[in-house]
Amino acid sequence: MTVTLRVRFVRWFHQLASPPYVYRLAGQLAPWFAVTAGLLLLTGTYGGLVLAPADYLQGDGFRIIYVHVPSAYLSMLAYIIMATSAVVGFIWRIKMAHGLAVSAAPLGASFTLLALVTGGIWGKPMWGTYWQWADARLISELLLLFLFAGYMVLRASFDDREKADRVSAILAAVGVINIPIIHYSVEWWSTLHQGPTIAKLDQPSITMDMLSPLLVMILGFTIFFAWLLCKRLQGEILNREGHARWVEKLLEEITR
Amino acid sequence: MSEFLQMGGYAAYVWSAYGITLIVLVVNIWAAFRSHTGALVRIHHENRPERSGRQPTVRQIT
Repeated sequence: MTVTLRVRFVRWFHQLASPPYVYRLAGQLAPWFAVTAGLLLLTGTYGGLVLAPADYLQGDGFRIIYVHVPSAYLSMLAYIIMATSAVVGFIWRIKMAHGLAVSAAPLGASFTLLALVTGGIWGKPMWGTYWQWADARLISELLLLFLFAGYMVLRASFDDREKADRVSAILAAVGVINIPIIHYSVEWWSTLHQGPTIAKLDQPSITMDMLSPLLVMILGFTIFFAWLLCKRLQGEILNREGHARWVEKLLEEITR
Repeated sequence: MSEFLQMGGYAAYVWSAYGITLIVLVVNIWAAFRSHTGALVRIHHENRPERSGRQPTVRQIT
């Protein structure tokens, strides 16, 4: 029993390196992710804007949290996924892993930008300023944007895709250092940005009726990311496998 | 309703943050689908140059 399970698992693991299998899997998962993300984002937005009570200090201004925190969290998750798959691709020379990293980069960059912009909009009424150069959280998040952009620009500078895969993976791996810096920046250097609200080991400093829409939004953003990661990965696989027989067969099917 | 839209005086900040979020989500959807269909159309023409007259439609692809 356990032997057959292990055989099955190993076979499935090997299939994950097979372009036609991953292409089909991504295509099958995408619509489910789309529907789930849509429902979660609608529910979470309603909960955040309508159901959650106004904050006793920030009034209704605090509601920006429901788009700011999920995008900031997702920017870090996207980077970890990008760097991990780039490193896996580098070590085991798996093209699909590099393809996944390439697909995560523009999504991650856009959510990093969104976190910075919504943070600025939130900061103006609460701190009196959109931006503060001396704040470690703000600077490290900006650095994350540069890391995503650097990864993409570096790749674009190579004509040889395999070389781009290997060199950009090194940049992605080195940049991982920035992730714990972002996370702990508010504790190490306390300046403008407030401390952690939910990611604390003891007790989150937020009540349940404010917290639950936030958790729904975080999950919704994550599944939204998974949806578009599938679509981008499909495109990336085609870019890499354009002349393979299975792609030709696929084209025959859909253009018949 | 108008009280809801006023957001306790924070309307400009709250609605602009949510508006920009919506824009980022929509642009991401558009760009991701374009990267998929764009690759399909490009390969369609590259693999068989003589098919260049036969454009696959987006509906067929997705």
